[in-house]
Amino acid sequence: MKSRKLKLQTGDLLEEDAELSLAQLCNACEITEAQIIELVDQGVIDPLGHEPASWRFQSISLRRVRLTQNLQRDLGVNTPGAALALDLLEELQQLRARLRRFEE
Amino acid sequence: MEFRDYYDILEVKRDSTQDEIKRAYRKLARKFHPDVSKEADAEARFKQVGEAYEVLKDAEKRAAYDQLGANWQAGQEFKPPPDWDQGFEHGGAGFEDQQFSDFFESLFGQQGYRGRQERGQREFHARGQDSHARVQINLEDAYLGGSRTLTLNHSELGADGRPVLKERTLNVRIPKGVRQGQHIRLAKQGAAGFGKGEAGDLFLEIEFAHHPFYHVEGKDVYLDLPVAPWEAALGAQVKVPTPAGKLDLKIPANSGAGRKLRLKGRGIPSREPGDLYAVLQIELPPANSDAAKKAYREFEQATHFNPRTRLGV
Repeated sequence: MKSRKLKLQTGDLLEEDAELSLAQLCNACEITEAQIIELVDQGVIDPLGHEPASWRFQSISLRRVRLTQNLQRDLGVNTPGAALALDLLEELQQLRARLRRFEE
Repeated sequence: MEFRDYYDILEVKRDSTQDEIKRAYRKLARKFHPDVSKEADAEARFKQVGEAYEVLKDAEKRAAYDQLGANWQAGQEFKPPPDWDQGFEHGGAGFEDQQFSDFFESLFGQQGYRGRQERGQREFHARGQDSHARVQINLEDAYLGGSRTLTLNHSELGADGRPVLKERTLNVRIPKGVRQGQHIRLAKQGAAGFGKGEAGDLFLEIEFAHHPFYHVEGKDVYLDLPVAPWEAALGAQVKVPTPAGKLDLKIPANSGAGRKLRLKGRGIPSREPGDLYAVLQIELPPANSDAAKKAYREFEQATHFNPRTRLGV
Protein backbone atom coordinates (compact mmCIF):
# COMPACT_ATOMS: atom_id res chain seq x y z
CA MET A 1 0.00 0.00 0.00
CA LYS A 2 1.75 3.14 1.19
CA SER A 3 5.51 2.98 1.33
CA ARG A 4 5.66 5.98 3.63
CA LYS A 5 5.85 4.83 7.21
CA LEU A 6 2.98 5.98 9.36
CA LYS A 7 3.82 7.95 12.44
CA LEU A 8 3.33 5.92 15.59
CA GLN A 9 0.60 7.56 17.67
CA THR A 10 0.89 7.36 21.41
CA GLY A 11 -2.24 7.96 23.42
CA ASP A 12 -3.22 8.12 27.07
CA LEU A 13 -4.36 4.93 28.68
CA LEU A 14 -7.44 5.60 30.78
CA GLU A 15 -7.02 4.51 34.42
CA GLU A 16 -3.22 4.53 34.08
CA ASP A 17 -2.32 7.86 32.48
CA ALA A 18 -5.65 9.64 32.54
CA GLU A 19 -9.21 9.68 33.77
CA LEU A 20 -12.18 11.53 32.35
CA SER A 21 -13.73 14.54 34.03
CA LEU A 22 -17.46 15.15 33.78
CA ALA A 23 -16.91 17.61 30.92
CA GLN A 24 -14.65 15.18 29.06
CA LEU A 25 -17.13 12.35 29.41
CA CYS A 26 -19.84 14.68 28.09
CA ASN A 27 -17.69 15.49 25.07
CA ALA A 28 -16.79 11.88 24.48
CA CYS A 29 -20.42 10.78 24.44
CA GLU A 30 -22.08 13.97 23.13
CA ILE A 31 -24.28 14.14 26.17
CA THR A 32 -25.17 16.90 28.64
CA GLU A 33 -23.95 17.10 32.22
CA ALA A 34 -27.54 16.78 33.42
CA GLN A 35 -27.88 13.52 31.53
CA ILE A 36 -24.66 12.17 33.06
CA ILE A 37 -25.86 13.14 36.52
CA GLU A 38 -29.08 11.26 35.81
CA LEU A 39 -27.04 8.17 34.82
CA VAL A 40 -25.02 8.44 38.05
CA ASP A 41 -28.22 8.84 40.09
CA GLN A 42 -29.70 5.76 38.44
CA GLY A 43 -26.58 3.75 39.16
CA VAL A 44 -25.67 3.22 35.52
CA ILE A 45 -22.16 4.55 36.15
CA ASP A 46 -20.07 5.09 39.27
CA PRO A 47 -17.70 8.04 39.27
CA LEU A 48 -14.73 8.28 41.59
CA GLY A 49 -14.91 11.37 43.81
CA HIS A 50 -17.79 12.97 45.69
CA GLU A 51 -18.85 16.13 43.87
CA PRO A 52 -19.63 16.48 40.16
CA ALA A 53 -16.77 18.97 39.93
CA SER A 54 -14.29 16.39 41.21
CA TRP A 55 -15.83 13.33 39.53
CA ARG A 56 -13.49 11.09 37.58
CA PHE A 57 -14.75 8.43 35.20
CA GLN A 58 -13.05 5.24 34.06
CA SER A 59 -13.23 3.15 30.90
CA ILE A 60 -16.17 1.15 32.16
CA SER A 61 -18.24 4.38 32.50
CA LEU A 62 -17.43 5.43 28.96
CA ARG A 63 -18.49 2.03 27.70
CA ARG A 64 -21.69 1.99 29.78
CA VAL A 65 -22.76 5.49 28.77
CA ARG A 66 -22.32 4.65 25.11
CA LEU A 67 -24.20 1.39 25.45
CA THR A 68 -27.00 3.17 27.28
CA GLN A 69 -27.25 5.70 24.47
CA ASN A 70 -27.42 2.91 21.89
CA LEU A 71 -30.13 1.10 23.80
CA GLN A 72 -32.13 4.27 24.36
CA ARG A 73 -31.88 5.38 20.75
CA ASP A 74 -32.41 2.01 19.09
CA LEU A 75 -34.74 0.20 21.45
CA GLY A 76 -36.53 3.05 23.21
CA VAL A 77 -35.67 1.83 26.72
CA ASN A 78 -35.69 4.29 29.61
CA THR A 79 -32.73 4.82 31.94
CA PRO A 80 -33.62 2.24 34.62
CA GLY A 81 -34.37 -0.25 31.84
CA ALA A 82 -31.01 0.44 30.22
CA ALA A 83 -29.28 0.03 33.61
CA LEU A 84 -30.93 -3.37 34.04
CA ALA A 85 -30.07 -4.39 30.47
CA LEU A 86 -26.41 -3.40 30.99
CA ASP A 87 -26.09 -5.43 34.18
CA LEU A 88 -27.71 -8.44 32.52
CA LEU A 89 -25.56 -8.04 29.42
CA GLU A 90 -22.38 -7.98 31.49
CA GLU A 91 -23.46 -11.10 33.33
CA LEU A 92 -24.42 -12.76 30.04
CA GLN A 93 -21.03 -11.92 28.60
CA GLN A 94 -19.24 -13.49 31.57
CA LEU A 95 -21.38 -16.61 31.37
CA ARG A 96 -20.83 -16.94 27.64
CA ALA A 97 -17.08 -16.62 28.13
CA ARG A 98 -17.17 -19.29 30.82
CA LEU A 99 -19.37 -21.56 28.70
CA ARG A 100 -16.98 -21.21 25.82
CA ARG A 101 -14.13 -22.46 27.99
CA PHE A 102 -16.09 -25.58 28.94
CA GLU A 103 -17.04 -26.26 25.35
CA GLU A 104 -13.50 -26.16 24.09
CA MET B 1 -28.90 -1.74 -7.48
CA GLU B 2 -30.99 -4.41 -5.82
CA PHE B 3 -34.57 -4.02 -4.75
CA ARG B 4 -35.15 -4.28 -1.01
CA ASP B 5 -38.39 -5.68 0.33
CA TYR B 6 -38.89 -3.69 3.51
CA TYR B 7 -41.99 -5.63 4.50
CA ASP B 8 -40.12 -8.88 4.20
CA ILE B 9 -37.22 -7.52 6.26
CA LEU B 10 -39.59 -6.52 9.07
CA GLU B 11 -41.48 -9.82 8.68
CA VAL B 12 -44.83 -8.05 8.29
CA LYS B 13 -47.57 -8.17 5.65
CA ARG B 14 -48.01 -5.31 3.22
CA ASP B 15 -51.34 -4.37 4.78
CA SER B 16 -50.00 -4.20 8.34
CA THR B 17 -51.04 -1.26 10.48
CA GLN B 18 -48.47 1.29 11.68
CA ASP B 19 -48.75 -0.21 15.16
CA GLU B 20 -48.00 -3.69 13.86
CA ILE B 21 -44.99 -2.35 12.01
CA LYS B 22 -43.75 -0.63 15.14
CA ARG B 23 -44.15 -3.81 17.18
CA ALA B 24 -42.34 -5.89 14.55
CA TYR B 25 -39.53 -3.36 14.47
CA ARG B 26 -39.14 -3.27 18.25
CA LYS B 27 -38.97 -7.05 18.38
CA LEU B 28 -36.39 -7.38 15.59
CA ALA B 29 -34.36 -4.42 16.84
CA ARG B 30 -34.00 -6.17 20.20
CA LYS B 31 -33.17 -9.45 18.52
CA PHE B 32 -30.46 -8.05 16.27
CA HIS B 33 -29.14 -5.14 18.32
CA PRO B 34 -25.36 -5.45 17.95
CA ASP B 35 -24.77 -4.73 21.63
CA VAL B 36 -27.21 -7.42 22.69
CA SER B 37 -27.41 -10.06 20.00
CA LYS B 38 -25.16 -13.06 19.62
CA GLU B 39 -26.22 -13.69 16.01
CA ALA B 40 -23.19 -13.58 13.74
CA ASP B 41 -24.71 -11.15 11.22
CA ALA B 42 -26.48 -9.07 13.87
CA GLU B 43 -25.05 -5.73 12.80
CA ALA B 44 -25.99 -6.12 9.13
CA ARG B 45 -29.47 -7.36 10.02
CA PHE B 46 -29.95 -4.55 12.52
CA LYS B 47 -29.10 -1.97 9.85
CA GLN B 48 -31.53 -3.54 7.38
CA VAL B 49 -34.28 -3.57 9.98
CA GLY B 50 -33.55 0.06 10.86
CA GLU B 51 -33.64 1.09 7.23
CA ALA B 52 -36.91 -0.75 6.62
CA TYR B 53 -38.46 0.89 9.66
CA GLU B 54 -37.18 4.31 8.63
CA VAL B 55 -39.35 3.98 5.53
CA LEU B 56 -42.36 2.07 6.82
CA LYS B 57 -42.86 4.04 10.06
CA ASP B 58 -43.37 7.20 8.07
CA ALA B 59 -46.76 7.23 6.35
CA GLU B 60 -45.51 9.43 3.49
CA LYS B 61 -42.42 7.36 2.79
CA ARG B 62 -44.37 4.15 3.12
CA ALA B 63 -46.97 5.35 0.61
CA ALA B 64 -44.22 6.36 -1.81
CA TYR B 65 -42.53 3.00 -1.38
CA ASP B 66 -45.85 1.16 -1.80
CA GLN B 67 -46.55 2.80 -5.14
CA LEU B 68 -43.42 1.15 -6.55
CA GLY B 69 -45.72 -1.85 -6.60
CA ALA B 70 -45.91 -5.17 -4.84
CA ASN B 71 -44.39 -7.22 -7.63
CA TRP B 72 -40.75 -6.55 -6.86
CA GLN B 73 -38.67 -9.38 -5.46
CA ALA B 74 -35.91 -8.74 -2.95
CA GLY B 75 -32.56 -8.70 -4.76
CA GLN B 76 -34.12 -7.94 -8.16
CA GLU B 77 -32.25 -5.35 -10.24
CA PHE B 78 -33.89 -2.01 -9.53
CA LYS B 79 -33.82 1.53 -10.84
CA PRO B 80 -36.21 4.10 -9.44
CA PRO B 81 -38.70 5.27 -12.06
CA PRO B 82 -38.21 8.95 -12.99
CA ASP B 83 -40.16 11.31 -10.77
CA TRP B 84 -41.31 8.29 -8.84
CA ASP B 85 -41.92 10.26 -5.68
CA GLN B 86 -43.73 13.24 -7.14
CA GLY B 87 -46.22 14.63 -4.76
CA PHE B 88 -44.56 13.20 -1.67
CA GLU B 89 -42.66 15.20 0.84
CA HIS B 90 -40.03 13.51 2.91
CA GLY B 91 -38.66 14.85 6.12
CA GLY B 92 -34.93 14.76 6.64
CA ALA B 93 -34.85 13.35 10.13
CA GLY B 94 -33.03 10.24 11.20
CA PHE B 95 -30.12 10.36 8.82
CA GLU B 96 -27.49 11.50 11.24
CA ASP B 97 -24.98 8.70 11.61
CA GLN B 98 -26.68 6.04 9.62
CA GLN B 99 -25.40 4.42 6.49
CA PHE B 100 -28.34 3.22 4.45
CA SER B 101 -28.26 1.08 1.33
CA ASP B 102 -27.92 2.48 -2.18
CA PHE B 103 -31.48 1.38 -2.72
CA PHE B 104 -32.62 3.60 0.13
CA GLU B 105 -30.42 6.49 -0.97
CA SER B 106 -31.79 6.37 -4.49
CA LEU B 107 -35.33 6.68 -3.19
CA PHE B 108 -35.08 8.88 -0.14
CA GLY B 109 -31.49 10.07 0.04
CA GLN B 110 -31.61 13.38 -1.83
CA GLN B 111 -34.62 14.66 0.03
CA GLY B 112 -33.18 13.49 3.28
CA TYR B 113 -30.09 15.57 2.96
CA ARG B 114 -31.73 18.69 1.65
CA GLY B 115 -31.90 20.20 5.12
CA ARG B 116 -28.19 19.83 5.73
CA GLN B 117 -26.92 22.11 3.02
CA GLU B 118 -28.21 25.21 4.68
CA ARG B 119 -25.89 24.76 7.60
CA GLY B 120 -22.52 26.47 7.71
CA GLN B 121 -23.30 29.68 5.88
CA ARG B 122 -22.28 31.82 8.79
CA GLU B 123 -18.82 31.53 10.21
CA PHE B 124 -18.94 28.86 12.82
CA HIS B 125 -16.31 27.38 15.12
CA ALA B 126 -16.72 24.30 17.21
CA ARG B 127 -14.64 21.48 18.53
CA GLY B 128 -14.96 18.34 16.41
CA GLN B 129 -16.74 15.32 17.74
CA ASP B 130 -14.92 12.64 19.68
CA SER B 131 -14.76 9.38 17.75
CA HIS B 132 -14.80 5.84 18.99
CA ALA B 133 -13.43 2.61 17.66
CA ARG B 134 -12.56 -0.82 18.90
CA VAL B 135 -9.17 -2.40 18.47
CA GLN B 136 -8.50 -6.08 18.84
CA ILE B 137 -5.09 -7.06 20.19
CA ASN B 138 -3.41 -10.27 21.22
CA LEU B 139 -2.74 -11.02 24.86
CA GLU B 140 0.98 -10.97 24.05
CA ASP B 141 0.68 -7.27 23.14
CA ALA B 142 -0.61 -6.54 26.63
CA TYR B 143 2.50 -8.23 28.09
CA LEU B 144 5.09 -6.77 25.78
CA GLY B 145 3.49 -3.68 24.28
CA GLY B 146 3.20 -3.29 20.55
CA SER B 147 1.57 -1.35 17.81
CA ARG B 148 -1.49 -1.78 15.64
CA THR B 149 -2.35 -0.27 12.31
CA LEU B 150 -6.02 0.56 12.13
CA THR B 151 -8.17 1.63 9.27
CA LEU B 152 -11.01 3.83 10.35
CA ASN B 153 -13.98 4.92 8.30
CA HIS B 154 -15.71 8.15 9.02
CA SER B 155 -18.08 10.35 7.12
CA GLU B 156 -17.41 13.99 6.36
CA LEU B 157 -19.74 16.49 4.78
CA GLY B 158 -18.72 16.97 1.18
CA ALA B 159 -18.96 20.18 -0.82
CA ASP B 160 -22.54 19.37 -1.83
CA GLY B 161 -23.59 18.91 1.79
CA ARG B 162 -23.88 15.13 1.52
CA PRO B 163 -21.70 12.91 3.68
CA VAL B 164 -18.80 11.15 2.01
CA LEU B 165 -17.13 8.12 3.48
CA LYS B 166 -13.43 8.65 4.12
CA GLU B 167 -10.82 6.15 5.09
CA ARG B 168 -7.93 6.88 7.41
CA THR B 169 -5.07 4.70 8.53
CA LEU B 170 -3.46 5.13 11.93
CA ASN B 171 -0.51 3.44 13.55
CA VAL B 172 -1.17 3.26 17.28
CA ARG B 173 1.10 2.29 20.13
CA ILE B 174 -0.42 -0.41 22.34
CA PRO B 175 0.95 0.26 25.81
CA LYS B 176 2.23 -2.61 27.90
CA GLY B 177 -0.21 -3.55 30.65
CA VAL B 178 -3.39 -2.68 28.79
CA ARG B 179 -6.49 -4.63 29.79
CA GLN B 180 -9.66 -5.79 28.11
CA GLY B 181 -12.21 -2.95 27.97
CA GLN B 182 -9.69 -0.21 28.71
CA HIS B 183 -9.60 2.87 26.50
CA ILE B 184 -6.70 4.60 24.82
CA ARG B 185 -7.36 8.27 24.16
CA LEU B 186 -5.64 9.82 21.18
CA ALA B 187 -5.85 13.57 21.46
CA LYS B 188 -7.15 15.41 18.38
CA GLN B 189 -7.48 12.25 16.29
CA GLY B 190 -11.29 12.41 16.28
CA ALA B 191 -13.49 14.29 13.84
CA ALA B 192 -12.17 17.56 12.43
CA GLY B 193 -13.39 20.73 14.09
CA PHE B 194 -15.56 23.33 12.41
CA GLY B 195 -13.92 26.59 11.48
CA LYS B 196 -11.09 27.23 13.90
CA GLY B 197 -12.32 24.61 16.34
CA GLU B 198 -9.98 21.83 17.43
CA ALA B 199 -10.40 18.26 16.30
CA GLY B 200 -12.08 15.91 18.74
CA ASP B 201 -10.34 13.00 20.44
CA LEU B 202 -10.34 9.38 19.33
CA PHE B 203 -11.15 6.74 21.93
CA LEU B 204 -9.99 3.21 21.22
CA GLU B 205 -11.53 0.42 23.25
CA ILE B 206 -9.21 -2.53 23.73
CA GLU B 207 -10.52 -5.97 23.07
CA PHE B 208 -8.46 -9.15 23.44
CA ALA B 209 -8.59 -11.64 20.60
CA HIS B 210 -9.60 -15.11 21.70
CA HIS B 211 -6.56 -17.12 22.70
CA PRO B 212 -6.45 -20.91 22.28
CA PHE B 213 -5.09 -21.54 25.78
CA TYR B 214 -5.15 -18.47 27.96
CA HIS B 215 -8.16 -16.71 29.30
CA VAL B 216 -8.14 -13.42 31.10
CA GLU B 217 -10.06 -12.09 34.07
CA GLY B 218 -9.10 -8.49 34.78
CA LYS B 219 -5.33 -8.57 35.25
CA ASP B 220 -5.19 -12.29 36.00
CA VAL B 221 -4.51 -14.87 33.33
CA TYR B 222 -5.60 -18.51 33.49
CA LEU B 223 -4.08 -21.47 31.74
CA ASP B 224 -5.25 -25.08 31.73
CA LEU B 225 -2.05 -27.03 32.25
CA PRO B 226 -2.05 -30.71 31.26
CA VAL B 227 0.00 -32.94 33.56
CA ALA B 228 0.65 -36.67 33.62
CA PRO B 229 -0.80 -38.66 36.55
CA TRP B 230 2.68 -39.29 38.00
CA GLU B 231 3.55 -35.60 37.80
CA ALA B 232 0.43 -34.74 39.79
CA ALA B 233 0.93 -37.59 42.26
CA LEU B 234 4.67 -37.45 42.85
CA GLY B 235 5.33 -33.79 42.20
CA ALA B 236 7.41 -32.49 39.34
CA GLN B 237 9.00 -29.49 37.80
CA VAL B 238 7.39 -28.72 34.43
CA LYS B 239 7.62 -26.05 31.76
CA VAL B 240 4.70 -23.62 31.57
CA PRO B 241 4.10 -21.25 28.67
CA THR B 242 3.27 -17.64 29.51
CA PRO B 243 2.58 -14.82 27.06
CA ALA B 244 6.03 -13.47 27.97
CA GLY B 245 7.89 -16.77 27.54
CA LYS B 246 8.38 -20.16 29.19
CA LEU B 247 8.73 -20.60 32.94
CA ASP B 248 9.45 -23.50 35.27
CA LEU B 249 6.66 -24.46 37.65
CA LYS B 250 6.93 -26.80 40.60
CA ILE B 251 3.94 -29.10 40.95
CA PRO B 252 3.54 -30.24 44.56
CA ALA B 253 3.09 -33.95 45.23
CA ASN B 254 -0.49 -35.21 45.61
CA SER B 255 -2.01 -32.44 43.47
CA GLY B 256 -5.51 -33.21 42.26
CA ALA B 257 -7.14 -32.26 38.98
CA GLY B 258 -8.35 -28.65 38.98
CA ARG B 259 -5.72 -27.50 41.49
CA LYS B 260 -4.82 -23.86 40.84
CA LEU B 261 -1.14 -23.01 41.05
CA ARG B 262 -0.38 -19.32 41.19
CA LEU B 263 2.53 -17.70 39.43
CA LYS B 264 2.63 -14.44 41.30
CA GLY B 265 3.02 -11.33 39.22
CA ARG B 266 3.02 -13.25 35.93
CA GLY B 267 -0.40 -11.96 34.85
CA ILE B 268 -0.83 -8.77 32.89
CA PRO B 269 1.98 -6.40 33.89
CA SER B 270 1.31 -3.05 35.55
CA ARG B 271 2.32 -1.24 38.72
CA GLU B 272 0.48 -4.02 40.53
CA PRO B 273 0.73 -6.85 38.03
CA GLY B 274 -1.84 -9.63 37.84
CA ASP B 275 -1.13 -13.28 38.54
CA LEU B 276 -1.02 -16.25 36.23
CA TYR B 277 -2.88 -19.35 37.36
CA ALA B 278 -2.07 -22.78 36.01
CA VAL B 279 -5.08 -25.05 36.49
CA LEU B 280 -4.01 -28.69 36.50
CA GLN B 281 -5.66 -31.04 34.04
CA ILE B 282 -4.61 -34.64 34.53
CA GLU B 283 -4.22 -36.46 31.23
CA LEU B 284 -4.06 -40.22 31.02
CA PRO B 285 -1.54 -41.86 28.75
CA PRO B 286 -3.29 -44.25 26.34
CA ALA B 287 -3.09 -47.98 27.05
CA ASN B 288 -2.03 -48.74 23.53
CA SER B 289 0.86 -51.14 24.05
CA ASP B 290 1.40 -54.28 26.06
CA ALA B 291 3.84 -52.48 28.30
CA ALA B 292 1.36 -49.65 28.99
CA LYS B 293 -1.45 -52.14 29.70
CA LYS B 294 0.82 -54.04 32.08
CA ALA B 295 1.72 -50.83 33.88
CA TYR B 296 -1.98 -49.92 34.33
CA ARG B 297 -2.69 -53.41 35.75
CA GLU B 298 0.20 -53.10 38.18
CA PHE B 299 -1.03 -49.68 39.16
CA GLU B 300 -4.45 -51.14 39.91
CA GLN B 301 -2.92 -53.92 42.03
CA ALA B 302 -0.76 -51.47 43.91
CA THR B 303 -3.43 -48.90 44.75
CA HIS B 304 -6.79 -50.72 45.02
CA PHE B 305 -8.29 -47.41 44.12
CA ASN B 306 -12.06 -46.94 43.95
CA PRO B 307 -12.81 -43.55 42.35
CA ARG B 308 -16.54 -43.91 43.17
CA THR B 309 -16.53 -44.11 46.97
CA ARG B 310 -18.18 -40.68 47.03
CA LEU B 311 -21.15 -42.17 45.15
CA GLY B 312 -21.54 -44.96 47.69
CA VAL B 313 -20.82 -47.76 45.22
